[in-house]
Amino acid sequence: MNQLKKSDSSIRLVTVAGPPSSGKTSLILHTAAVLLEQGLRIGIIKFDCLTGDDHKRYECAGLPVKKGLAGGLCPDHFFIANIEACVQWAIDQGFDLLISESAGLCNRCSPHIKGVLAVCVIDHLSGVHTPRKIGPMLKNADLVVLTKGDIVSQAEREVFAFRVRQANAKAAVLPVNGLTGQGALLAAGHFKTAPAVASLNGMRLRFTMPAALCSYCLGETKIGPDSQIGNVKTMDFT
Amino acid sequence: MMGKVNTKSSTDTDLLNLGLDTLMEKYPYLKDFFSALEIDPCPGQKTPAMLIESLSLDHLSQFGLDHESLSAQVLEFIATMEQCRHKIHGSMDHLVIGAGFDKNGCPEAMGITLFPGEVVSVVGPTGSGKSQLLSDIECLAQGDTPSGRKVLPDGKTLDAQSRFSGEFRLVAQLSQNMNFVMDLTVEAFLQMHAESRLIDNIPGKIERIYQSAVMLAGEPFFLDTAITSLSGGQSRALMIADVAYLSASPVVLIDEIENAGIDRVKAVSLLLNKEKIVLIATHDPLLALSCDRRIVIKNGGIADVVKTLAAEKKSAACLADLDKKLGLLRERVRKGQHLIFDQNFFSDHL
Repeated sequence: MNQLKKSDSSIRLVTVAGPPSSGKTSLILHTAAVLLEQGLRIGIIKFDCLTGDDHKRYECAGLPVKKGLAGGLCPDHFFIANIEACVQWAIDQGFDLLISESAGLCNRCSPHIKGVLAVCVIDHLSGVHTPRKIGPMLKNADLVVLTKGDIVSQAEREVFAFRVRQANAKAAVLPVNGLTGQGALLAAGHFKTAPAVASLNGMRLRFTMPAALCSYCLGETKIGPDSQIGNVKTMDFT
Repeated sequence: MMGKVNTKSSTDTDLLNLGLDTLMEKYPYLKDFFSALEIDPCPGQKTPAMLIESLSLDHLSQFGLDHESLSAQVLEFIATMEQCRHKIHGSMDHLVIGAGFDKNGCPEAMGITLFPGEVVSVVGPTGSGKSQLLSDIECLAQGDTPSGRKVLPDGKTLDAQSRFSGEFRLVAQLSQNMNFVMDLTVEAFLQMHAESRLIDNIPGKIERIYQSAVMLAGEPFFLDTAITSLSGGQSRALMIADVAYLSASPVVLIDEIENAGIDRVKAVSLLLNKEKIVLIATHDPLLALSCDRRIVIKNGGIADVVKTLAAEKKSAACLADLDKKLGLLRERVRKGQHLIFDQNFFSDHL
């Protein structure tokens, strides 16, 4: 277990991202269960846009959890402005591992940080074209977890895994069953060897966040050219 | 180190300076790769490096890429695909399942060694631990699952890199819960699967799978039938034929196909002919007797491995007879006919 030792002032961090309802929480619960059994102390951060009850599932499993609600803000921007505080909280609590869960609502999101284990969760039911559509969240991940494979055919699983490798050839690709936890053992192998960090200050995102700051970001609700000011992009119909 | 990933050796960057035509011919899957990124692979550019250079940053940013990361991705993609292609030819000589423990922590009675071309059933009451055994095989347990079993391809421990990267897919699964979810015709579906396997003679393969599936299903369907509109039996038949001919995995785990409405014995023999190890969790006597051995699970552990006796094979013939007669009755139900029969119906020879 020597390899799992880290200094007291640092923590292993994992960012887990994926489309809504892809099985992020179930993956984390099953993976954490494996690691708790091995004696790791684990904290969870759940980033959400609007209210969610997922933090209760973590509490039920005996996992300390903090919830961050982005509300009207872009969830990715909210994430990056808060993740360092989360890390410090987790270090203060004396955790060995901090798992941050955030929903990639627009498939453009990518909360992955250079030097931090990046996990992307997608489900087999989302269709074979999904791996091509998801973008940076998938392309920049170190570990891609495929869920809900128990209800699709073997062939579709194989095609799906192939498409994922097309989009991200260097990531590990693991199927995990979110209901039974089958496969979580291998995911746990990745989680517990995630790089440890003392602080994220100065570290960099793997990919830029969606640009923002137009009038609508600031609460504008009226439609029309007079109301759209700032960073606005228009469609080309020519 | 456990869980260490991304240590694949990088492909030679010189590849990017080879002729585009040569490269496309050598790595035909690049076409699909580029088209996924809405890049026309034949725009008159001489080399991939030049092709990539000619793309606008705006175009690339749609896909979360820039010139540098695209170049890296092309190389990684080729490296991974070549690895996949290479692996298809790899095979396994035998599979050792080293004994672990039952639910009370007592050592299980025995382990078992499985050989390609062998079909073994897994029997035991519900909740006895059949699924744990199948799950151990799927994740190549190394004494780190609740059962403490060790699953060793060719008797050797798989290196952590192969195990944790998910590259080595030992197991293909078939279960009653599985459905087709893609919105495709049978032909397009098989085409897509075959392409992802990087194999030659795709049309020939498709035809063979289709023929086998129809044979197993007993009710015809067509190449242009949507896979989502196949009946339960037809779907199962297509899944089995597809696994037999297209899956790279040397082990097939089958969970409860007794109610699938297909010719179960034919299905098993189809998989066997493909030199796979077939494990079937079942309660069906006919299916159990079509296996060479039966793994008996009790309280989470392997309690016994029962060899199918010659006398049992004879009993199996009676069962097959009975099964056929039941099939005739089923057929009458389908046709809206009356079912009037007595004991003699089952004792008479067909």
